[in-house]
Amino acid sequence: MDDKYTGSAGYTGLGQGASPAARMPTGVPEGRYTVEHDPDDLWDDSRVIINLGPTHPAMHGSFRMVAKINGETIEKSYCEFGYTHRAKEKLGENRTYHQFVVFTDRLNYCSALINNVAYSMAVEKLMGIEVPERCTWIRMMACEISRIIDHLICVGIGAVDVGAFSYFLYGFHQREEAYTLIEQLCGARLTTSYTRIGGLMYDAPVGWEDNVRSWIKETRRVTDEMDRLLTTNKIFCQRTQNVGKFSKEQALAFSFSGPSARASGVDWDLRRDQPCMFYPQMDFDVAIGTHGDVHDRYLVRVEEMRQSLKILEQCCDRIQKGPIWTEDKRVRIPAKQEVYTSMEAMIHHFKFFMTGFDVPVGEAYTAFEGANGEMGFYIVSKGGPSAHRMRIRGPSFWHYQALTPMAEGGKIADMIATLGSINIIAGELDR
Amino acid sequence: MNVSTKIPTNGGWWLDKYGEAWKQQIEAVKSKFGGALEEVRDPWTYPTDVPIIYVKKDSLIQLLEFLKTDPAFAYSYLADYTATDEEVSPRFELVFNLYAMDRGHRIRVKCRLEEGEEAPTCISVWPGADWAEREIFDMFGVRFTDHPNLRRILMDYRWVGYPLRKDYPIDGFQLFPDAEAPDPERLK
Repeated sequence: MDDKYTGSAGYTGLGQGASPAARMPTGVPEGRYTVEHDPDDLWDDSRVIINLGPTHPAMHGSFRMVAKINGETIEKSYCEFGYTHRAKEKLGENRTYHQFVVFTDRLNYCSALINNVAYSMAVEKLMGIEVPERCTWIRMMACEISRIIDHLICVGIGAVDVGAFSYFLYGFHQREEAYTLIEQLCGARLTTSYTRIGGLMYDAPVGWEDNVRSWIKETRRVTDEMDRLLTTNKIFCQRTQNVGKFSKEQALAFSFSGPSARASGVDWDLRRDQPCMFYPQMDFDVAIGTHGDVHDRYLVRVEEMRQSLKILEQCCDRIQKGPIWTEDKRVRIPAKQEVYTSMEAMIHHFKFFMTGFDVPVGEAYTAFEGANGEMGFYIVSKGGPSAHRMRIRGPSFWHYQALTPMAEGGKIADMIATLGSINIIAGELDR
Repeated sequence: MNVSTKIPTNGGWWLDKYGEAWKQQIEAVKSKFGGALEEVRDPWTYPTDVPIIYVKKDSLIQLLEFLKTDPAFAYSYLADYTATDEEVSPRFELVFNLYAMDRGHRIRVKCRLEEGEEAPTCISVWPGADWAEREIFDMFGVRFTDHPNLRRILMDYRWVGYPLRKDYPIDGFQLFPDAEAPDPERLK
């Protein structure tokens, strides 16, 4: 290790009164790493440059903000990220379409099922495949459960960020129960890899809808309890109202989507405006904020949880027994029973997993309303079993860009509240 | 997928719903920009979900501004901005996925670039395109004229090579002994 840049020498610890030379790290060329000095500025010597982060991966993920602060006020800042970059887009060009399902879990790991479903829908759209009704219902329910998990984490962690720790624990139990429901579907809790192109890994177990129903009942009670506990809390309101404001015009200019855009007053929900699956038949409302501050983002998420519960309830009533796999032989994985008893099925199975299936030439951009916003997959196929270009549009990438304009001029603690409210997930930020 | 409607192509039910509007829009763009367009690929003759407008580099910003502001188009939302490596000449294609929020239409604009050729920045049209352009530079090595802060975004600033180019190997690594120090130049 070169000791030149270790620690934060020169930027913290030496506060007021330190000469510019003393604040410079050793061995750095003169003039490069100094704060510009203005002798007429009364606050000149109190400015320091600090690293806010890199945050612990278990918080929001690893990223940092470098800020020039004056006292507690952020005057100027920029964001650095990429610590979780795993080259998913490159992997998408070098793995088969089937193999890539696994990588989509690790995008927004708080709502992995939404990524699975969005990816499967993207490839199905490219191939012109239709999935049966039961498969669609299960996918929809999985998406809504994931959305609730994601929102529970976001509002819970957001409250922890402003100092209300116990609030998080109210939602945490229901989150665990939701993961148990997901575990009943696919055996995994966090990294689900549940969908397949043209179907699902397993059918939902018998009586799963009833488990979901009782979970809905309990979650509705908990959501109301959380709402009563925090929404009108005076300290919470003072910490969040008029903090991190972003107007409707700004939100559209920075390509905001999902709850963050709706909190700014953008009346837009892809589930309603660009319907896929059975969403057109569902009865639900789109929550919209007016102020675009941290408190509105919190309110929109709480209301969206209620609407998701409403959608889930309707799904529970309407889901029917039936096949979960498309009849299309190109993508359908042969059943284990056939693989073990028939030679043709075994060859098909071997070919499927060793070389993958061919996707015809074409390109499509498929967007789905993820928990954070528009989750998009832009896939260009030139034929063959892997994509020519696998572009992943993660909403966090576009939201995080707006953190700098939102945080500048505010206090450090406000920046933390803002960061929690736009729910940056490093997995889909860095991809 | 919406299972209540059959999917004839990968455009799906979009063709029934938006097809007429797209036809009119393609005609309008052709008559307005004419020679500035290289090619228009529509979903009826090419396997794509939405129409693709290939525009010459010089008219790119003009076209985007037109699509964004003209009331008959109103593609005011930049849904996605990326690039592809086509491995032929011209090598790169910039890809804009645009969305009209009022009507739910989508459209795609592409711009072909030779290797080493600079592209115009569209931060003036969408301020949010800043990081997307940095990512394209980071991953493909496409430079943007007049971009205020064109530096790597996901990879380390010392990284050599452009990972999403097709000739970039998928194995191998580059090690850096120390972290990137805060840069006061960027905090002025």
